[in-house]
Amino acid sequence: MTLLSYAKAMNRALADALAADPAVCVFGEDVGAGLAGLTLGLQQRFGAERVVDVPLSEQAFTSAGIGAALTGMRPVVELQIPSLLFLVFEQLANQAHKFSLMTGGQARVPLTVVVPGSGSRSGWAGQHSDHPYGLFAHVGIKTLAPATPTDAYGLLSSAIRDDDPVVLFAPAGALGVREDVTAPLVPVPLGEARIHRAGTDVTVVAVGHLVHQALAVAEELADEVSVEVLDPRTLYPLDRAALVESLHRTGRLVVADDSNRFAGFAAEVLAVAAEEGRLLAPPRRVTRPDGAVLPFALALDRALQPSAEQLRDAVRAVLK
Amino acid sequence: MSLPHLADPAGRYRTMRLIRSFEELALEWVRSGLVVGGTHPYSGQEAVAVGVCAALDPADRLTSTHRGHGHVLAKGADPGRLLAELLGRVDGLNGGRGGSMHAADFSLGILGANGIVGAGAPIAVGAAWAAQRRGEPTVVASFFGDGALNQGVLLESLNLASIWRAPVVFVCENNGYATTLPAASAVGGSACGRAAAFGIPAETVDGMDVEAVRAAAERAVRRARSGGGPSFLECLTYRFEAHHTMERRFKLAYRTAEEVASWRERDPLATGLPAAAAIDLEVAELLSRAAEFALASAEPDPATATDHLYASGLRPRSGAAL
Repeated sequence: MTLLSYAKAMNRALADALAADPAVCVFGEDVGAGLAGLTLGLQQRFGAERVVDVPLSEQAFTSAGIGAALTGMRPVVELQIPSLLFLVFEQLANQAHKFSLMTGGQARVPLTVVVPGSGSRSGWAGQHSDHPYGLFAHVGIKTLAPATPTDAYGLLSSAIRDDDPVVLFAPAGALGVREDVTAPLVPVPLGEARIHRAGTDVTVVAVGHLVHQALAVAEELADEVSVEVLDPRTLYPLDRAALVESLHRTGRLVVADDSNRFAGFAAEVLAVAAEEGRLLAPPRRVTRPDGAVLPFALALDRALQPSAEQLRDAVRAVLK
Repeated sequence: MSLPHLADPAGRYRTMRLIRSFEELALEWVRSGLVVGGTHPYSGQEAVAVGVCAALDPADRLTSTHRGHGHVLAKGADPGRLLAELLGRVDGLNGGRGGSMHAADFSLGILGANGIVGAGAPIAVGAAWAAQRRGEPTVVASFFGDGALNQGVLLESLNLASIWRAPVVFVCENNGYATTLPAASAVGGSACGRAAAFGIPAETVDGMDVEAVRAAAERAVRRARSGGGPSFLECLTYRFEAHHTMERRFKLAYRTAEEVASWRERDPLATGLPAAAAIDLEVAELLSRAAEFALASAEPDPATATDHLYASGLRPRSGAAL
């Protein structure tokens, strides 16, 4: 039995990818030192030519990743702070994502962007605490939010092998998760949801670190309600079939999504449920408020993120 | 081995004439409504694309701009397929998915025209870095205009290329105007000063003289290929037509007729080549065959509108009601 941490799982996925394919390389700030944990020891093992420390020029090094991807490499770009994604939105949404279509299929951009520590890291305030996965899902970039170490390993491995750009959010709230690993770590296909807990009364779709909160609430309420916890893992493309199938069993839906409410990921899940699923009661969602900016003070930071109490209330509400 | 079609003065003249005639035909097709949207004519700047590409090998790459027809043709793209692309036809370089502003031919190392000013430069740096890492002796030429000199990402790219000693030739086509804004009132310091600040050798050349551009580009390419890192060329040039084809409707007055006329007197095609008249005829025939090819090409089937959205073959959900 090995106790595998989330950060170590991603580190192993990167190391395995670098070892398996000479086209894989890493660009990021402080990746040589391994400041974010993701790349610890990798520059020593694979060299500064493959694990490349870059200056603080996010737009240029993200686009350099695109240029390298267009010409045969499989770069992984690490962004230490989720809000840096806003800075490179042009590069990802308007360049990387569009090359395949705009060139009529001549070009592919196998670029993976990883944000180790997305969402609130407690006390890092307004410009370091965002969770903008909905933006990338909206523009159609493959968007991942693994909840567990094995899924972090599996999804990062698949992202690097994928021929399209992928953004992987590693939620700060999940980085501390450790897992007993008994089987070999394997790639997890993109676009496949995972049922963490089977149930018959309510489907809770939980994203990233909120999967663990949902599992705790499901356990707590086990005597009064049978909760199914569905982790989409890949936010785009969403495993709609798994959602619809789950709703066929339960007929009730709650979404736990640590991002802004308006036009957010949870809204899309509700829309899919309404269009394609079977709902016996109006669905609920637990999210950040519309247009949230996380305040600094810890109590305020927490006040704007989905809580276990809100989730419990939502589960009870859909049972009424 | 340099590009065979640009190996001698006649070849360089032929390609400049091809670009000019291509742009004239494209203008006609925009005016008549055959080409929807519009184009950014390259007329007047031909010596830059041709002079720089004359220094490149077939395996070298380039990134282009919204005013990209000249670069794409100079590197060797088929004019019939570029015309078909402007028409949005299936035989276009991009299968009708890109149009004028995104024309690309990856088989020739043309990594695409680009609709965002300055966006090609970091892509060029990344492609050059990758080639260098693989030990390929190839170079990337990155074209951009004076407008891009004020894009932060371009300055970041100069720095990255410098610290990586990336085999890139940055080619600034200073045509005097970022759309309507005169470079003189928009660029603090100078174009070459920006490159020099990052430790990149830079020179200003007469962008209306194809041989001057070629000579400078050859120095830069030699430096890049031998591991000497990036170079920067500022090519002083002028666009004879409007910024884009929509501009004609507005009759803008940001350039005087005298200024345009004085630059037209320095037409890069006026090379005095004895064979020019014969080459012009040859190009006219070539272009008429290209036009025939493009016009005969089929319109794409609307059912294929999301083809190629994902290289992996993922199909998006339809936008229609279920």
